[in-house]
Amino acid sequence: MSGRDILLDVQNVSLSFGGVRAISDVSFDIAKGEIRAIIGPNGAGKTSMLNVINGFYHPQQGRISFNGRTRARMKPYEAASQGIARTFQNVALFKGMSTLDNILAGRALKMKRGFVWQLLRHGPALDEEIEHRKFCEEIIDFLEIEHIRKAPVGTLPYGLQKRVELGRALAMEPTLLLLDEPMAGMNLEEKQDMSRFIVEVNRHFGTTIALIEHDIGVVMDLSDRIVVLEYGHKIADGTPDAVKSDQKVIDAYLGVAH
Amino acid sequence: MHLLYSIFADPFVQMWGSPDLLAQTLWEGLVSGVLYALIALGFVLIFKASGVFNFAQGIMMVFAALTLVGFYEKGVPAWLALILAIGVMYLLALAVERVVLRPLVNQPDIMLFMATFGLTYLLIGTGELVFGGDPKEMPVAALGLPKGAIDLKILGGLVSLQKIDIAAAVIASIMVAGLAVFFQKTRIGRALRAVADDHQAALSVGISLNQIWVIVWFTAGIVALATGIMWGARSDVSFALQVIALKALPVLILGGFTSVPGAIVGGLIIGVGEKLGEFYWGPLVGGGIESWLAYAIALVFLLFKPEGLFGEKIIERI
Repeated sequence: MSGRDILLDVQNVSLSFGGVRAISDVSFDIAKGEIRAIIGPNGAGKTSMLNVINGFYHPQQGRISFNGRTRARMKPYEAASQGIARTFQNVALFKGMSTLDNILAGRALKMKRGFVWQLLRHGPALDEEIEHRKFCEEIIDFLEIEHIRKAPVGTLPYGLQKRVELGRALAMEPTLLLLDEPMAGMNLEEKQDMSRFIVEVNRHFGTTIALIEHDIGVVMDLSDRIVVLEYGHKIADGTPDAVKSDQKVIDAYLGVAH
Repeated sequence: MHLLYSIFADPFVQMWGSPDLLAQTLWEGLVSGVLYALIALGFVLIFKASGVFNFAQGIMMVFAALTLVGFYEKGVPAWLALILAIGVMYLLALAVERVVLRPLVNQPDIMLFMATFGLTYLLIGTGELVFGGDPKEMPVAALGLPKGAIDLKILGGLVSLQKIDIAAAVIASIMVAGLAVFFQKTRIGRALRAVADDHQAALSVGISLNQIWVIVWFTAGIVALATGIMWGARSDVSFALQVIALKALPVLILGGFTSVPGAIVGGLIIGVGEKLGEFYWGPLVGGGIESWLAYAIALVFLLFKPEGLFGEKIIERI
């Protein structure tokens, strides 16, 4: 496991809201090209950790370096422009817009032509628009959602919404993809589809993925390494096998007699 | 019986009898409709991008017009005063984003709505302090806007069209068309709609909320300036004008809060409806229909089609 390139390095991060400690002195790293899972019971600080990584929250202590650059306070759109994309626990889509427009929105940072050109729908802006649409159509093909291309996403079933959200994140061509419970509320078949997409994104595009998931079976199958959080503390970190047999993890999940 | 006749028959007999008067009334209705539509457009812009009903839109209109006239009265040439007024609206947009919107990000909508109340009174105070409370005259000729009227001898009578009204209609149409294309077809337009739908998601794909808000408020400021010039040219520039902005509320209920075409159609319906109502049915109740008819129409719409003619249907899976 050693000798791999570190993409994201979280060092001694602590985050609190008023008097509530959400994350206490947590350190871990994510290597280039791996699938890294963050697990733990409810309220362990997993989503807070993702929010810290993509700039929604600013930790009071600790440092985060991404792609070799250490940052102090980073805004979400700066994180996005450096190649961090994410999905949300409760699906955050642009509900009034179509599937295609949602995915195109993921290209926001890639479109550079001035809006005067875009207004005229002419010249370089038109070429650019066509090019981005092509890219988005490829994502739509890849995620097998051609049939809902024009549908307003607010009307779609939950499983498909999650897929569109993944599509929007992929449209950003991210270096690091953060997935917050990508399989929550899905049935078995939908879970299998989503697992397949995650693995393919990782293998074919080489995208590094950090995911939060409660389905332990899925986590053990998908991930290269796992971080386990409990009450904001890191209690274990390692390969699925190592984590599975860790006494602290077993206690955290099964409860322990005090 | 007589009452029924005077409600359901007599007005139409009059319309048929003197079509020139009808044409004149329709024209006046359309013109004020265009201006209502412009005001409503300012609301729609901000509502689309931040989900907030901007109570300050009316005073923004007065403030923009006052700034223009204020500079002009200081001896600045009219074209330069116009540019300076646009500049002031940009500074206002920056200030609003910095001081009002940024600290209130992710707060409930009602907080932002209340903040626009605060902004209203701040602008009234600042406006009176800097420009004084007296009504001012809009330098129509210096701005290159036409004066006078075109008299058409048609329909067996005389229909008189004010040139300034024609100019207002043309300018409004250009602005409306430009904004519609801007929203639907450009990257920034898509970003605006994205921000309107979900702040967090918009942030996560790399849209800068701060930048979008400045753009939206600046655009609304320019619309306010254009509206202020047009209304100011028809009467005077005074703080009383902001009451007209409240007419945008029934227009928006009719057209839908999120729709640019809705603002236009709603504005025209309200404008024409008001003038026709006042002219033909007004005498029945002793006049004054113009001031409440718009709200009555809005109430009917709230009962039967609350999302308006063109508004987005509220879709929610539960």
